[in-house]
Amino acid sequence: MVKTIFNRFAVSLLLLAGAANAADPEPVRFALIDPLTGPMSVVGQPALEQLKFTADRLNEEGGIDGHEIRIVGFDNKINPQESLVQLQKAIDDGIRYIIQGNGSSVGSALLASINKHNQRNPEDRVVYFNYAAIEPSFTNERCSFWHFRFDANADMKMNMLTDWVAGNDDFKKVFLINQDYSFGQAVSEAAMRMLKEKRPDIEIVGNIFHPLGKVKDFSPYISKIKSSDADVVITGNWGQDINLLIKSASEYGVDIPFLTYYGNTPGTITQVGEKGVDRIYLISEYHGDFNDPEIAERQENMYAQTGWDLYPRVSVMLEMIKKAGDKAGSVEPVQLARALEGLRFKSMAGDVTMRASDHQIQMPTFISVLKNNMSHGAEGTDFNFHEVAAFNAEQATLPTSCRMRRPK
Amino acid sequence: MTVFRAFAPWVISLAVLLLLPAVTSGSAVSVINVIAIHIVFALSYNMLLGQGGMLSFGHAAFFGLGSYAAIHAMNAIGDAAYAGTGFWAHFPVFLLPLVGFAGGALVALVVGWPFCRRAGTAFAMITLGLGELVATGTQMFPSVFGGETGVFSNRMVGPVWFGLELAQPADVYWFMAFWVFAAVLAMWAFTRTPLGRLSNAVRDNPDRMQFIGYPPRNVRFLVFIASGGMAGLAGGMAAVNYEIVTPESLSLLASGLALLMAAVGGLGIFYGPIVGAILVTVMNSLLSDYTDAAVLYVGLVFLAVVLFAPSGLAGGIEHVRQAWHGKQVAAKAPRWLAGTLSVTALCMALVLAVELVYLLSHGTDKLADTLGMELDASSPLPWAAVILLLATGYGLWRLTAKSLEATS
Amino acid sequence: MLETIVFSTLNGVLYGLLLFMLSSGLTLIFSMMGVLNFAHASFYMLGAYFAYALGLHIGFWPALFLAPCLVAVIGAVVERYGLRRVHVNGHVAELLFTFGLAYVIDELVHLFWGSIPVSYVPPDYMQNALFTLFGTDYSIYRGVTMMIAVFMFAALWFLLKKTRVGMMIRAALTHGDMVGHLGHNVPRLFMGVFGFGCALAGLAGVIGGPLLNTEPGMAQTLGPIVFVVVVVGGMGSLIGAFYASLLIGLLQTFFVAFDASIADLLGVFGVQADPYGEVTGITLASLAPMTPFILLVLILIFRPRGLMGELEP
Repeated sequence: MVKTIFNRFAVSLLLLAGAANAADPEPVRFALIDPLTGPMSVVGQPALEQLKFTADRLNEEGGIDGHEIRIVGFDNKINPQESLVQLQKAIDDGIRYIIQGNGSSVGSALLASINKHNQRNPEDRVVYFNYAAIEPSFTNERCSFWHFRFDANADMKMNMLTDWVAGNDDFKKVFLINQDYSFGQAVSEAAMRMLKEKRPDIEIVGNIFHPLGKVKDFSPYISKIKSSDADVVITGNWGQDINLLIKSASEYGVDIPFLTYYGNTPGTITQVGEKGVDRIYLISEYHGDFNDPEIAERQENMYAQTGWDLYPRVSVMLEMIKKAGDKAGSVEPVQLARALEGLRFKSMAGDVTMRASDHQIQMPTFISVLKNNMSHGAEGTDFNFHEVAAFNAEQATLPTSCRMRRPK
Repeated sequence: MTVFRAFAPWVISLAVLLLLPAVTSGSAVSVINVIAIHIVFALSYNMLLGQGGMLSFGHAAFFGLGSYAAIHAMNAIGDAAYAGTGFWAHFPVFLLPLVGFAGGALVALVVGWPFCRRAGTAFAMITLGLGELVATGTQMFPSVFGGETGVFSNRMVGPVWFGLELAQPADVYWFMAFWVFAAVLAMWAFTRTPLGRLSNAVRDNPDRMQFIGYPPRNVRFLVFIASGGMAGLAGGMAAVNYEIVTPESLSLLASGLALLMAAVGGLGIFYGPIVGAILVTVMNSLLSDYTDAAVLYVGLVFLAVVLFAPSGLAGGIEHVRQAWHGKQVAAKAPRWLAGTLSVTALCMALVLAVELVYLLSHGTDKLADTLGMELDASSPLPWAAVILLLATGYGLWRLTAKSLEATS
Repeated sequence: MLETIVFSTLNGVLYGLLLFMLSSGLTLIFSMMGVLNFAHASFYMLGAYFAYALGLHIGFWPALFLAPCLVAVIGAVVERYGLRRVHVNGHVAELLFTFGLAYVIDELVHLFWGSIPVSYVPPDYMQNALFTLFGTDYSIYRGVTMMIAVFMFAALWFLLKKTRVGMMIRAALTHGDMVGHLGHNVPRLFMGVFGFGCALAGLAGVIGGPLLNTEPGMAQTLGPIVFVVVVVGGMGSLIGAFYASLLIGLLQTFFVAFDASIADLLGVFGVQADPYGEVTGITLASLAPMTPFILLVLILIFRPRGLMGELEP
């Protein structure tokens, strides 16, 4: 083993020497720490592919301030401790930008660890770009200069969702089903609080939590939904959990609407097909019928090349990082982070701003429903989500309790 | 002379521990810290299996619970140090493994008595039940176990011992070095005590022990407590290293890891698990950088050891050592050489086959990329190479076996 | 209320029957050879994946018959070249071997089919409703599954009680040496039984794959529960395994459906407790994943020979 270490040492010395001689600036590397294997890989793998796809496009436009963008995947198997091991590996490898999204449990551990690392290693600071861990505390009580969130948080989404539900008189009995951890609990708590404010006559007929990523057979939960006589189901489930929930619901012929945060998880549309039309609702920064031909072409290319559909907020994230780096004229983490604060950007998802006070992105959000015969279908089918309601960035925003401490 | 020989391994180990940081680079230190934890964990497992004859599938329960005890203590130290008063304000993080030991031993004390009635399959099953019970039970008490996120903490709190602020992995190394040396010494001493000898006797002939007047159940129970305590100690080390404990540390997978390391290293020899821990940890962490099938290789090594070398790697080392003392090396060398060559050929064939299959099913192969080789899985050439290597390996194997029969 | 009971019963029985299919093979193997086959759930997974892969080429029903046979062949090979070799080193070595085998099979599945769940679904016509009760459909596929499980149980019973091979197996269960002395080829019998047991697991996989998601982690999820069934039912007793599987299946399903918490229980006695408190908020639903293991530990402490076993482990 000592020999291996000697070898690695020698190789890294050579590489350093080689790099010093290179004419091109060093590539800027991003570590994606997400589940690349296991039941939740169905959301981790497309994220990796989306990042690489976008990186290729941005590299043709000069990368970030002339530095080539490289995406390196690290598999965390959705486990927070494993994520910290991978984080250390990435840092040891010289990577200073961490991207993660799947699982607020992982996000929480990464946030704590990166804060500690930056405190202990002021010359080696690391920035954490979060594209999907939307538990609200990361941009409220736990906000940090080193963390940027590129998706509307759970409270923001529930705010818009409950506004829409409040305007709909058909919904009188709501059933909540969520994963049993911080995010699922946040969704449930926000739903109950906001519905009570906006429509006190709505009755919450069920509020279940199930273990994250472990339930294989949702039939007992479906039978509970059935027997509760609910008109609508609200769920924050993602990954395998939304796939199986929807699959089980359609198998049992449950035909009430499902309002989901992640109904567009790969695999769900294929599973539910026709039975989901006009029934599966989605709240996200994206819907399937973009009028922009450039975006449509990108959708087709992405699917043709990688077999996965477009993940707009991941692209928007990388594009904003590029803009910040170009603006700062550097890929050094602190400078890029400072340039990213308050940045405005015209993205494929509309006009977005990275709010400086809490590093929470302010972006338009859409509620959409599954429809057939769409011009751009998802997962290689004809089905995709069609816009039903739109909220611009001002309507989507919520105040923050963040008191951020910035580096000098 | 014999005194020197007895102390030599300890002196050499001490020297290695002291000199290691001088010859290793940054990223290697993180791996070494994990190796230290695993050495203690695997050795504690061997107290049960190799020395006591008790196969356990729930050993990670003690490791995990000790880990949780330590991390809660770490948080208590942090809070008390902030407030300035209380017992925990004076408790150094350096001594947290002792808290882990107490946690593990306490649990073993509480549950052990009914478990230890029988060894063998019943014991294995009941420990499996315990392990899974604890693992699934963690979801029910989020304030203790932290739910999906786990519990995290900061190790840079409280009184500082030996000037170790524990900021960098390099600092943590000295912490690990101390504890791994102390733990190995303690477990070695245990094997020399009457209780240690008794456990060997109970492993070999429980009925006879009953007749002589030492109830096997009592002996097993005491060994169970000691082993649980040591596993908890390893857990305490892990809590300091990762600064986070998640329910995954209690899982069946973690228990399986202990078994893997102990078995690969060699169950019947004291230092077997040390060798096994080093090899398996290194394979797990380094291999995954070079190939996607890393875990498969670890499993295959395990199978090979169980099938062909039941006394493990340490058994092989002992074999060589005895030949050295018996001055038989020259006689046995050619056979060993042939054996090594055949194993190498077979391994290369296997690796090539696995990577080819990976290439076929996934389209890319990490190992081929890393080695810079262009592999074409559809052409017959690499497959011919596989068959050739297999034939060579097998042929050499038969030759060695024949010559072994001829001489013995 | 009635609706919940009816559907919980149906689902619980279905899950229980699936568990039984899986554990019957293990019971046979364990009773005959004393080997606790850790890799048993891995053969279950292989059955599901083979059925998926074959089904893509030859259709669902032919795959249903062919996949378990393939698994049986693999099982026989494992026994002949692996288990037999390790047998001389004792029970612990056998356990270690099957443990390593489970590991390796899991990784091989990763290697060949990737880490994302595969879309192993029954044909379209089977997804329609067999009957609709209380507004909920019960698919044809679930009905077929139950039928196959019951048929399998009947066939197994017939095989063991009414055929010559069955007689040999039953004899070898308790008097293996004597059977050998009488001139029967016991090693070949062992190989056959091991293969057959694996085929049963494979069949469970073929049926269970569409119900419980076909993915590389499926062996790890069901593996420990299968052991619980075998131990709780009693070593060497197929009827015991049947009762134990149904018990566990029904318990788990009912616990999730009837989500009563400790607070509710205390409320029955007139004690006011916080329904969301940490201890008082513990519900039957959160206990559900633990039930098999609680049963296991209790049985091993108080009645080690299981519900209906004759031999102690």
